[in-house]
Parts: sequence; structure tokens; C-alpha cells
Amino acid sequence: MKYNIFSLARNARTYHQDWTRAWRSPEPKPEYEAIIVGGGGHGLATAYYLAKECGVRSVAVLEKGWLGGGNTGRNTTIVRSNYLWDESAAIYEHSVKLWEGLSQDLNFNVMFSQRGLLHLAHTVHDLQEIGRRGHAIWLNGIDSEFLDVDQVREMVPLMNVNGRYPVLGALLQRRGGTARHDAVAWGYARKADEMGVDIIQNCAVTGFDIQNGVVKGVETTRGRIAAKKVGVVAAGHSSVLAEIAGFRMPLESVPLQALVSEPVKPCIDTVIMSNAVHVYLSQSDKGELVVGAGSDAYISYAQRGGFDVLEHIMGPLVELFPFVSRLRMLRQWGGIVDVTVDRSPILSKTPVENLFFNCGWGTGGFKCTPGSGHVFAHSIANGEMHPIAAPFSIDRFHTGALIDEGAAAAVAH
Amino acid sequence: MARSARLAEGGRIDRSKSVRFKFNGESYQGFKGDTLASALLANDVHLIGRSFKYHRPRGIMTAGSEEPNALVQLGEGARTEPNIRATQIEIFEGLTARSQNCWPSVGFDIGAVNSVLSRYLPAGFYYKTFMWPASLWLTYERFIRKAAGLGQAPTEPDPDRYAQHHAHCDVLIAGGGPAGLAAALAAGRSGARVILADEQNEFGGSLLSDAEAEIDGAPALAWVGAALEELRALPEVTILSRTTVTGYYDHNFLTAVERVTDHLDPDAAPPNTPRQRFWKIRAKQTVLAQGAIERPLVFAENDRPGVMLASAVAAYIQRYGVLPGREIVVFTNNDSAYATARLAARAGARVHLVDAREQPPGPLLAEMAALGVETHLGCGVVGVSGTKAIHGVDIAKLTEDEKGLAGPPLQVSADLIAMSGGWNPTVHLFSQSRGTLRYDETLASFVPDKTPQKARCAGSGNGAMMLAECLREGFEAGAAAARDAGFTVETPESPDAPALLDSPPRQIWTVPTVHPLGQGKRKHFLDHQNDVTAADVHLAAREGYLSVEHLKRYTTTGMGTDQGKTSNINALAILSEIRAADIPSVGTTTFRPPYTPAGFGAMSGQAVKDLFEPERGTPMHPWHLANGAVFEDVGDWKRPRYFPRDGEDMHAAVQRECRQVRETVGIMDASTLGKIDIQGKDSGRLLDLVYTNLFSSLKPGRIRYGLMLNEHGMIFDDGVTTCLGVNHYHMNTTTGGAARVLNWLEEWLQTEYPDWEVYCTSVTEQWAVATLSGPKARDVLLAVAPEMALDSDSFSFMTMREGVVAGIPARVFRVSFTGDLSYEINVPARYGRALWEALMAAGAPYAITPYGTESMHVLRAEKGFIIVGQDTDGSVTPRDMGMDWIVSKKKEDFIGKRSFARPDTAREGRKQLVGLLTEDPTFVLPEGAHLVSAVNPAPPMPMIGHVSSSYMSPNVGRSIALGLVKDGRNLMGRQFQVPLMSGRVETVTITEPVFFDKDGERSRG
Repeated sequence: MKYNIFSLARNARTYHQDWTRAWRSPEPKPEYEAIIVGGGGHGLATAYYLAKECGVRSVAVLEKGWLGGGNTGRNTTIVRSNYLWDESAAIYEHSVKLWEGLSQDLNFNVMFSQRGLLHLAHTVHDLQEIGRRGHAIWLNGIDSEFLDVDQVREMVPLMNVNGRYPVLGALLQRRGGTARHDAVAWGYARKADEMGVDIIQNCAVTGFDIQNGVVKGVETTRGRIAAKKVGVVAAGHSSVLAEIAGFRMPLESVPLQALVSEPVKPCIDTVIMSNAVHVYLSQSDKGELVVGAGSDAYISYAQRGGFDVLEHIMGPLVELFPFVSRLRMLRQWGGIVDVTVDRSPILSKTPVENLFFNCGWGTGGFKCTPGSGHVFAHSIANGEMHPIAAPFSIDRFHTGALIDEGAAAAVAH
Repeated sequence: MARSARLAEGGRIDRSKSVRFKFNGESYQGFKGDTLASALLANDVHLIGRSFKYHRPRGIMTAGSEEPNALVQLGEGARTEPNIRATQIEIFEGLTARSQNCWPSVGFDIGAVNSVLSRYLPAGFYYKTFMWPASLWLTYERFIRKAAGLGQAPTEPDPDRYAQHHAHCDVLIAGGGPAGLAAALAAGRSGARVILADEQNEFGGSLLSDAEAEIDGAPALAWVGAALEELRALPEVTILSRTTVTGYYDHNFLTAVERVTDHLDPDAAPPNTPRQRFWKIRAKQTVLAQGAIERPLVFAENDRPGVMLASAVAAYIQRYGVLPGREIVVFTNNDSAYATARLAARAGARVHLVDAREQPPGPLLAEMAALGVETHLGCGVVGVSGTKAIHGVDIAKLTEDEKGLAGPPLQVSADLIAMSGGWNPTVHLFSQSRGTLRYDETLASFVPDKTPQKARCAGSGNGAMMLAECLREGFEAGAAAARDAGFTVETPESPDAPALLDSPPRQIWTVPTVHPLGQGKRKHFLDHQNDVTAADVHLAAREGYLSVEHLKRYTTTGMGTDQGKTSNINALAILSEIRAADIPSVGTTTFRPPYTPAGFGAMSGQAVKDLFEPERGTPMHPWHLANGAVFEDVGDWKRPRYFPRDGEDMHAAVQRECRQVRETVGIMDASTLGKIDIQGKDSGRLLDLVYTNLFSSLKPGRIRYGLMLNEHGMIFDDGVTTCLGVNHYHMNTTTGGAARVLNWLEEWLQTEYPDWEVYCTSVTEQWAVATLSGPKARDVLLAVAPEMALDSDSFSFMTMREGVVAGIPARVFRVSFTGDLSYEINVPARYGRALWEALMAAGAPYAITPYGTESMHVLRAEKGFIIVGQDTDGSVTPRDMGMDWIVSKKKEDFIGKRSFARPDTAREGRKQLVGLLTEDPTFVLPEGAHLVSAVNPAPPMPMIGHVSSSYMSPNVGRSIALGLVKDGRNLMGRQFQVPLMSGRVETVTITEPVFFDKDGERSRG
């Protein structure tokens, strides 16, 4: 059923009794052309683009829990493509372009709000960093603007620009912003389902059927399912699945925490990131201030973290935004992020033929949900990595051709 | 003038202390001991605010922290706070509050148009519309955002102070009701360090609202008083009222917020007292006695102002002496609400009692009859008339299957509904501790099961609904906790308390109404704050949002400021009915901290304003201040960037400073450079490990420059290290890298080489450092250190001498970062300023100038010396920097060495350090600009390198720049274009990265 204001009005007449399921709940078939392991945003997007653009309609998405229950539903919803390295700029900008038509493409309002994203500079070093990155973004054909402190103040009147680390300037990406995270998973699921993709929740993959170095299917809690190709998009648990498949993934899984305040009327109209003061902040459409904290220093698979990590952002938060002192934290939570050594993702073939991995998105995968799914789908369908995905091969950890966003920007989110 | 609902007597308010306060601009009177909610009810004010989505009128539902509805904007100006529960604020003289989420007023709210349109705005409607045209989303969103949110954030800085407090204890008890008090007595008597915290202003919990309860034949509150008296006399027991335990983290780490002065007029609060105190508690054992929260019933129009929990009505009558209605309908499915009916009738209200059960216990019915309460058995409330206040209630017989009405509704006149759907144990902290829950069929709710942490539950929070049981569990838990914490204690004998009737409830999760659910005007609310109805749950399920997490996220149920304390179980139960699954298999959403919202100010504690990351200044800092230095932030340090003289801007000052250094002499404060003292017999091995070149061969008194790499072979820090003696070194790091390098050394020592004998000590702040640089540096030093032999033979480049400078024992390092003759003079920190002033005086004949970091950067760039972090970025090898000479070929290993064998690290044509000269010698390239291989009319343009350092050099007489360019060393003399955002395209020539004194004679001279 098409979603629009007319169908909403029509259904209101029947008290919304006639809405149909957003996606079916099918039993797994014995065999598929392609299986996607992991029903988060990236996995669902992969399935959608396989069906929509690659002509692969026999696709199953296997999710061990509920759709979007991993980092898709736990992140701070920031979307941007203001990356330094060409390879990163290419994939994240590819993604932003897909975001720009996503609600219409999916016929599901993912509330992509291009409200602008500010990266603050507090020191001479910060100015040099945004100077280099800002120019690189611009030369890569992506929107990029430098703001002086007065322009920053105008955009965010409630920010304290004269604090311990005064704001000296900022890098602005106007096309950056936020989106409604759950809606992205649901929107992809609904549209993929409409195109024949089987979305199977509560179905955990427990093993891979590998014969002579070629994957033939997966073992699941609901039995064996055969497949010609398997794409693993399992975020924090990717390294666990890789181990089951017989190889190692250079990933560390750590808890990353975030929090929201109680909802208040609009007071922050853009996304603000500050590496020097260790804060990033936006306001959800519901009115909550959404604040990202750091990741814990230890490896864990528990979706919770230590209070110290949270505590460390409180001082900076109040310093940069003094008005939040009298607001209150409503909820804090954690997700498990799979981090690579260069803070860039892995989209790659593996030692097992026809088994593909898409992981390592670390602290910043949400923004690339459409782009990652899109290029990964093409890679699976063609058996060769899409040109935008190719630099993110697992080989780079052997050759040293790292895409080191961590080193370049000090912090990658 | 509204009538007063205050009863002539009773309650725990202090009727001798009248308090005036304002709500929505109207002045009202209450008593000390009132909450804002009880005082408003006493003044017959029921309409408090508007709901989140439909802007429906909302009143007061509860008498505690679980309140979803009665949220107000408290205070004015810088002290204003949104979303404060009227049920938790204690009133004080002059308090002001107003309704929120309404305009122009709570009585007439334009936003209520949403309520008229509510049929078009079911759960998740926004996912289905606002998509056309795509360009208008930001406009739609602006209106959506305005309509959403609740109260308003302050716009001014917070004038109040906060504190953090660390505490360790043997037993932490969360909740000071009967179970918590009993636990505290049992544990406290053992001598254990006990912290007892309760969110209310008084201890006693449910007993505060239960004047009839008895313990050992006496009023229960007498027992509470005696217990408190005993606890106060125990020296190891800390009693914290107005303190909410908010979070339960791993390893029995808990957090709590103490509202120290929130109940006082802020202008009259005691001085030197924080407004709130944030407790961080490490408890050996915990006892969780959080109590239980009454469950609302889900019936038609159950959100109207005047629909309250039965226990809340009882609390207002008994604790606050307020009868919130005159014609009260008590609607229940269990025994507990009969007490409310009894209290209301005795207080003079006309009461109807509606029990969903056909056959409640006879004694209760007899009592009701005796009190003149009209009872309606097997019935439900199926409608409510009135919007901003209740005028009448529709009561109807329910069918046996509970799905419909067995007869026509009867309307009774009423102004208040007291509802009880049973009780939910408060399991939040237990769940946060990673405790698992068990479904209790009798309670129709979840109770604690197992936790991996050292926690116990007691009382109604553990599912024990009878007072005697609460006391017994409390004593047992307190004693057991103390024993497990290592104390000896007997479990005290539990006192008697009369058992009340407790017959089985009739659990009706959705009470039917005159039309099928969701197919008419009457709404059944679950989450009153977020306007989530039972029909919304059905819609979500219909659309496939069947996981409890999907339900929550799709409908927003339980996502309000109350986090679903009154709504979650009802929503879950309705979902279970739809799925035809049992409640435990559907499961709950995750309980996350905090239990109730915790202030950011409180959590920040003292670490704000001047105490937020305190500034570091060197011993010479006051001199810099007095002499007009302009500072920059480098790490935590304030470093002078330049020292402008009359009217100079940065450019003029830096040009002058740079010229002066090369002509005569300049002086720089280098105290911020990281300094690590390294001792032990394996010190040389450590240095050989972390530096690319050999250090173990360094002789005492000699200095060597070194590069540190990370595991990828990328430059990570640089600096000079001096051999002070056998197995004793002094390492210099960059200012920003000091802590990072020390951690790096310790990481390798502690994780890989614990058998090595090396001791690393930060001595950054022990030494003050003044650097003399320039051709006259030796003359200046000689003037203050006449006994030191400074000629080049006695004191050559890259050596260190100890001596007396300006009468101060000093270490003098002859190194140079400007490329001119330089001495870094280190003295004990306390003499830093004396040294500085002596050098300034001695330098006066040579027109010595202090210079800052900016001039240092220009001077070193003239020489092509790199700054790690500016000319490198974590992707740069020594070879890329043209520093192959520093990478030992002989050493068996050093950190990063393996990486040079990787094909990409070893390949030709990587980005390499080069000099860049602009065609226009007066033009200074912006740092961060990129060289392109082809200029296009508009981006994209392929980048081949970037400008890392760029300055106007007075000594070279033109602009100079350093940069990293692909295959740069093979492109010497080639020209490339640098397009800038301004539209300008500058042509640059690639050169060697040394612009001044290419043979390096000046520094060695």
C-alpha cells in the first residue's frame, strides 16, 4: 500500500484498520540466490539494492533478533560526507546523494534533515585540520564552507564560543544533517519485501557451509539454507562470524555510548561536532538533545558501557552549551561498534569464494547505510567489488594502503 | 474563586507555615510540606499541561516520580527548568511554575487542533507522509519540531553550583520505605558502612500515605520514626533524603542525584551549598527496595484531568490533607483501591466503586455498603465526559470475555476517577544491574529473578505486597548484605503487621467501550505523555511492528520523560494479547539509566567554568601576561603565540620577532615541551625500541634527535633525548604529545616487556625552559653564566652541560629548532621566571626579543624542520619526510620497522615533503590548500598534494611553504596549480624544503 497523505486520509475513514504489514514474516526457503546475514540498515539496504538494481530477487535477510536492533537503532543519526581522503569522500558522498532521494525512493519518510553540520575549530591545529579537509572536500566536488566565529554564533546562538577553548572557526557542510534511524531500517525492509526479498527475523546464523573454499549456504537456528552468494553485514559480531567461516577480521568490538536529554522546544537547529572539546550534539525532531559519548577502552559485546565514558563528556557539554546544565539526561545506552585500525570500513571479498563481508564501520556507519548497501549489492551481484568499494578491501591491512581517517582527523565519527 | 479541596485536618503538611506560589501567573497558597501537585489540587486546579502530540488537556495522575502528565516549566530566567514533575516539587515561598507545550494558554491551546485531527495522526503517521515535494521536508520539519518538544530550555548560563561526591560503602540501600528502612536497620546494626537513599523528602515510602497501617499494634509511622532515630545514631550510616539512585553499572558502581536545595527558594538557599550533589558510589552490596508503582487501567478517555491512580488519591488525602474530588469514581480490578474508596468516603466524598470483578471479597463490600459507597461489580468505566475536567463517568457491565459491554452504560456525575490496575514492582535498578526478570502471574507483572551483581531486592519492588512481608524481606536482605560484606549480624526478628485482603485481580488489559477499540471518538491511552493509545498498539502490530522494541520505537510508547513507568506493562500486555503469546515470551524493552532524569549540571559537578580542564601555564606565564603576549591553546597549555608591541598585528609582530632572532637573539619559553626522565638498566633498550635510530650508544652529555613511529611505521612524535649518565636519559617530546608518549612507553613496558627494568617519570612541570636563539645567544648566556665554557669546542652542538646560569643550577642543552645558535636552558621550575628576567636583562644590549610559537613555526619552516601533527598526519613515514637518514638499517627491530616491508609503505611515489614557492612572492598560501594535477572550471579536481605549513618569511624575503606532494622529490622545479575556494588559482614551484642557511652553519657555529 502506497504511503501518502491520500492513503492516510483514506485509511483514517476506516480507522486505520486496513493498513497492511510493512513486511511479511516468511518461513525461510531452502535456497536463495543471495543471503544477507544481518538485518540492520546496511544489510537491508544491500538486499534492497540487490533486488532493485541488480536483478537479484531471490534474496533472504537473516536477522538473529529484530530488524535494526543493532547500531542502526542506537546511533546519533548524523549524516555527512565531509571526509578527508578521496576514497572516503567517494563512498560517503555516494551515500549522501542516495539519502537525498531516499524517502521518495522507499516511499517511507526517513526524515533526512539537511540541517547542516558544523565541525568546530578551537585551536590553530584545528584550523589547519579543517583547512586541509575543507579544501579537499571542495575539490572532491562536495559542499564545504568555512565559517568564522560570528557566523558560527549566528547559527548556534546558545553555544558558548568564548569558553576554555574558544571557537575560532568552523567547517560547515550544509548538506549534512540527521535522519530518523529506525525508519531507515523499516523503509528498506518494507521496500525490499515488496520486491520479493524474504526478511527473516529471529534467525541466527550459526555456521557456514563451505565446500572446497566456496560458500554454499549457511546453518541457522532455523535450519540450513543454501545460497549461491552470502554477504555478511553483522557489525559488532562480524569478527565472530569470520572466525566461524575460518578467517580473521582485523576488528575490535567496543561499546560506544550515547544519550538523550528530555525533549525541549527547538533550541539547536544544526549538528555540531567538536573534536577538541569532545562533544557532538544535535536535537531530534522530538526535541531531545542527542549527544554522542566516547567508546569504552575495553573490548566487549555487551550493549552497555562504563559511566566514566559518559561522565567525561558532561563537563565539555556544559562548557560548550552552558544552557544544558539545567536540562536532564533522560536515557543513556550503548552499542557495539566494530572498529578497524584505520577507522575506515571493510567491504571485501574474503578467502572463501562468494562470501563477502561488509563491516568495520566503527563509530560512523549510519550515515553510509544507503551508500554501503548500494555498492555492496553491486559487488555481490557482479562478484567483483564496486569501484567505490574496492579501496576498502581487507587486503589493505597487508599492503599498508590504509585509509586512515582516524589519523587524519584525530577522531572519526 | 475556586473552592478549596483542603481537608480540615490531617496530612503531613505544616499548616502553620503558609506558602505562596504562582502557577500560570495566578497566585495560590499552600503549606510547607505540599508538593506543587498537592497544593494545586488543594486549590482545585486540575488542568496542568498539554500532551505531546495531540495537545490534549492533562492533569495530575500520580503522587510521585512516575508522573507522566503533570510536567511544568519551573522558575524563570536563568533558573528556569522544563519538564519538572509537579508531583515531586516541594513548594517554597515565591515558587513560580507554568504549563508547557501550550499556546497561548493551557486553557486555550491552538495546538489542540491536533486533537481534532487525531484521526489522521495515528502512530507513525509521519513515516507515511510529508514526502512530497522532497524539497519541502525542511519546512514541514520546522513545524513538526515546533509542535514537539515539551518545555523550554533556558537560554542563559546556569547560576547554580553543583558537586560530585565519591563514596564507598558496604551496603547501599535504594529506597527508604518499610523494606529499605528494615534493611538499613539490619545492616547498620552490624557496624557496616550503610548508605540509605530515598528520592522523597521524608522516609517511610508508602507508609507516608497510609495513616491506617500498623506495625506491632502501633501506627506504622511511629515505627518509621523509631527506625530513623536509631539509624541516625549509628555513626557508619549515611541517610540521604531527596536522593534518587539513578544508575546501576558494572562492579556494583551506582550513581545517585541528591537534590540538596531544590526545595528552597534559590535566593534564600544556604551559602556554599551545591544545588545538587551527584554521588558516585561503589557498594560492596546493594539492597534494592524501590517499591512498586500502581498500574493504570486502560479505559476510554482515561487521560482526562481528574483521572488519577487510586494510590495517588489516597496519598493526597492522607499525606497532604487534600480531597481532590467531591464525586469520586474508584475503578479497580483488585483489592488495594478499596482503601482509597474508604478514605474518600470518610473524607466526605460521594463515592462510586467500580470493580471489574464479579465477586470481590465480602468484607470489602460490606464496608463499602456501610460507608454509603455505591458499588458496581463486573463493571468498567467505559467513557468519561468533560475535556479539561471530568463531569461524568459512564459505567457499564462488561461481557464475560471482557471484549464488550453487557448492558447500556450508566452515567454518574463525577469529578474524579481513582483507578487501580494492580501493581508493578519497580525493577529498574535491578534490570540495569543486568538482572533478569521473571513474570509473576498473580501480580501480572515482572519481578526480579537473578543478577550477576551483588544485589538483593526486598519489599514490593520484589513483589512482596504485604507490609509484614516487606519488613521481613528488608531485615533479611539487610542482614545478608552486611554478612556478605564481611560483618557479623543476626537477622532481626520482624515485627507484626496485619495482613490485608489480597484476592486475585481480574486483569483486563483494555476495558471496552461503546465502540470497537480505536473506531470511534473515545481513546484508550497507554502512554499519556506521548499520546500513545491502545489502538496505536493494534495498528503497529497490524503493520508488522511486532517486536516489543519495534512497538516502542514505532509508537513511541514508553519513550517520554517517565520512560514508561506507568505504561510499559500495559503496552506489553496488549501486544501479547494481539500476538496471542504470553507476556514473558514477548519480553520487555531494556531498562536504561537513569531511573529518573538526571541533571547535566549535577553530573558535571565541579568540573565546569574555571574548573573545566584547568589551564596550564609555565612559571614564566605571569611575565608573558604582563608583557602583552597573545596566547594559543596547545593541549591544556596556554602558550604565547606572539608578543605584539604598540599597534602591531600578528603579522607585524611575527615578522619583527623572526628578523630579530636571525639578526641578534630571541628568547622563547619552551617549558611546555614534554620531558620524561628515563632510568634503569634497560633504558637504552627501550629507546632503541621506540625510536627509529640507535640511542643505546649515546654517551653521557650527548643529545640525539629521534623519531617515534606507530606500528604502521607512521611518524607519531619527535624530539631530542639526552644521555644524562649511565642508564639515565632525559627525553623531550612535543608539547601536545607529552602524555601520549608517556602512555606509549608505559604500554610497551607493561604489556610487552614487563621484565625490563625501566622507570619513566614525567618531569615536564619540574623544569622551566628558556631557549636563547640567534647569533648573539652565546653572548647573552655568557653574561649570566660566566663560569660556563661556551666556546664551540667545549660545548658543541648536540651536547648538554650542567652549570650555573644566573645563579641557578641549570642544565643547558645545545640544540636548535630555529636553525640558529641556540641554548635550551633548563632550571628547576620555581626559578623559571628569575632565569627569564635575568636573560631578558642580559639580552637588552642585543635588543633581545621574546618570541612565541608563531615565530618559532616560521623560523623552523625556513629551515624545513617539520612539526609532527602539522607536516605529518599519521600517514607519513620518515622516508616520506626525506628523513631516511634517521632510520637505522642496523637495528634488529624498532616499532614500525616491520611495516616498511609492506608494499604500500615501501612503494615509490608516495606523498613526500617538499618546499613550495608561489609565483607571487607576496602571497601566502592558505594551509590546507591542495595542489591539483589539472584545474577544471569547477570541482572535482584531482589532488596530488597539500600545503602543510605556509608563512611569510622575513629572512627569506618572500612567502614560503612546506607541503606533501605525490612523488614530490622527483618533481623538483615543476610547477603546479593550487585552486582556492575564493576562485584564485595560484601557481607554485616545487623546491627543496630548506629555504635558509642550507648548509646549517649557523646552528653549529
